[in-house]
Amino acid sequence: MKLALFADVHSNLEAITACLNHAQALGADQFAFLGDMVGYGADPVAVLELVERYAAKGAVVVLGNHDCAALGHPAGGMNAGAQAAIDWTRTQLGPKQREFLAGLPLTARADNVLFVHASAVAPEQWIYVAGPAEAEKSMLAAEAGIVFCGHVHEQNLYYLGAGGKPMPFRPVSGTPVPTARHRQWLAIVGSVGQPRDRNNAACYAFADLERARITFFRVPYDYRTAARKIRAAGLPERLALRLERGV
Amino acid sequence: MNAPQPGSEIDGFCLGELMHTGSMAFIYRLTGPQGPLPLVMKIPRLGPGERAVNVIGFEVCRMVLGALGQGPHHPTLVAYGDVETTPYLVMGYVEGERLSDWSSRAPIAPLEVARVGAAAALALHDLHRKEVVHLDLKPTNIMFRASGTAVLIDFGLAHHSHYPDLLAEELRFPVGNWEYMAPEQALGVRCDPRSDIYALGAILYQLATGRLPFGHPRSVAELRRRLYRDPLPPRAIVPGTPAWLQEVILHCLEPDARNRYDSAEQLAFALTSPERVELTERAARQRRAGWGTLARRWYQARSFEPAPCPAPSIKENPAPIVVVALSTAPIDDVLYEAMRGATASAVNASGNCRLACVTVVSLAATLSGEGEEPTATVRHIRRLIELRKWARPLNLPEERLTYHVLEAEKTADALLDYATMNDADLMLIGAPRPGSGVHRFGGGICAQVVAGAPCSVTVVRPAADRADLPKGGVQ
Repeated sequence: MKLALFADVHSNLEAITACLNHAQALGADQFAFLGDMVGYGADPVAVLELVERYAAKGAVVVLGNHDCAALGHPAGGMNAGAQAAIDWTRTQLGPKQREFLAGLPLTARADNVLFVHASAVAPEQWIYVAGPAEAEKSMLAAEAGIVFCGHVHEQNLYYLGAGGKPMPFRPVSGTPVPTARHRQWLAIVGSVGQPRDRNNAACYAFADLERARITFFRVPYDYRTAARKIRAAGLPERLALRLERGV
Repeated sequence: MNAPQPGSEIDGFCLGELMHTGSMAFIYRLTGPQGPLPLVMKIPRLGPGERAVNVIGFEVCRMVLGALGQGPHHPTLVAYGDVETTPYLVMGYVEGERLSDWSSRAPIAPLEVARVGAAAALALHDLHRKEVVHLDLKPTNIMFRASGTAVLIDFGLAHHSHYPDLLAEELRFPVGNWEYMAPEQALGVRCDPRSDIYALGAILYQLATGRLPFGHPRSVAELRRRLYRDPLPPRAIVPGTPAWLQEVILHCLEPDARNRYDSAEQLAFALTSPERVELTERAARQRRAGWGTLARRWYQARSFEPAPCPAPSIKENPAPIVVVALSTAPIDDVLYEAMRGATASAVNASGNCRLACVTVVSLAATLSGEGEEPTATVRHIRRLIELRKWARPLNLPEERLTYHVLEAEKTADALLDYATMNDADLMLIGAPRPGSGVHRFGGGICAQVVAGAPCSVTVVRPAADRADLPKGGVQ
């Protein structure tokens, strides 16, 4: 089973298209979308339609805080730019997209894997897995061999060793990391649609669960078009700049 | 765990002679119907009574050797079994002598020490360039093929910067061989290739003197003593040791990684060209430091901060790129001369920089080609010639110069794109002529470039223009 994992797409159609093409070229046969399909970007409807098509074919999709906010539920902790984008997104979504989002679970489980947008401790509280302490709690709560999540936009891989303390590892794009099954892992797959580590290439992860290895990728995409659409939609300029500069 | 019997079969591999029983694993030669195969199998010692680090060592070995692939200085991983069911590694058999065969005969002749040391240092450099730090160098882990090439074996404690460091968690006791371990490794640092240089220095010390530089530490406190206690100089043990060899060995054994050789390649060079070794106080040392020095070092060592790890691969510092943006239509000799002056000083300042001479032509002009206008290709070539002409008086070697005619609608965007894509370090652009921007990149373009450039920008204004500027400074 070759599983491609995407988080924090944030209505960036160009980025998710590039990542999907990349994953398909590698032979991905399963797909997971780890929340925050909308927010920030200018293509919420197109992105949701695309995700819905994958969901109809069996892809895992879980809810993120921006998706939740787009449904009108209070998600808390949004800055002005994010809030402006959410307000705009709500005007764009039709009943079909709202229905799709409303039907999404907070977590999903398959075999020994847990999919969640933020921390597994309390998925509805959108806790950032910002360091080893949060990673440890999420891994304990998940009761799974591997936790795949997003919310934090930078790629990171935590592994639980004999000492019981998770160790962080910043993956190198394109290098498959063996993820031995006797250990517990937590993979933050990185943001497809709004990378923030000064590298504007989209992030995603590719897991070969049979051979127990995870590869993190950075995929260059047409960020100029995505930024242009943000400006054309009248969304805050800062959101367009973020895509261009990866900040 | 009991060693499996020779003759038994694991995943279709037939075990031959038990070659080595280590604390972490057993190593067997594999055999086929026609006798021994050029393969060995390493089986980690797992189960009750064995250490947890053994299983991690197995995973690390598999990960690192898998990443290294094939190479002359390490064994090739051929197959492996799952850690949950039947853990084993099948590797290519390395035929040759172990360095431990020499070290048991130590002290050995200085030139012989240098020869094996240089071969080991070259193998180490190869490893470091592939992002791997060995972290368990000892005479039993260094082999020599008949050709003299060194092969490093046993990667169970290694660190690869592209993979999670599974051993970082096992920090309660420093893992590795304490006799040869670098001080920073004893403090838990596992990413510094200079730790391997230290270990190799300790091995060279042993080869040259027949003794270990710090004996056999039995406690972490004893292990940490090497942070302030210097070893007895080799010449105090074997008076015939040449000064250069003592210099090299003690240079490797500096407690602070920053004071050692920067790379194993430099160490190899020193060992192969003794006459080029610069002799310092280390070469002249006759005895260990006195009590006064020792007390001071001990006091300083209490707040010892290991050096930050450099990237394992010795990355070449790429030459800085200076972009000169020239407007070629029409030619403005006054500005050209001023740009040359500014370029020359930028080139002088950075020494090895590369110069990219760039101009932008309008895409519309390129496509129209109306009336008397020359065709796009002809115009493109003309611009190139103009750029070359401009650069000639700088007298720079050809390999440091490139010329680019960019076709774009928006001049500023094209220049910014070029600078971004090429990771420019500095951009030089002519100031707009006071009052009009017709003959140069206009004021708008210049301002856009300055505002959006991913690097420093120098705006060049010819002295002749300065008089025309509005009085009272910047407006």
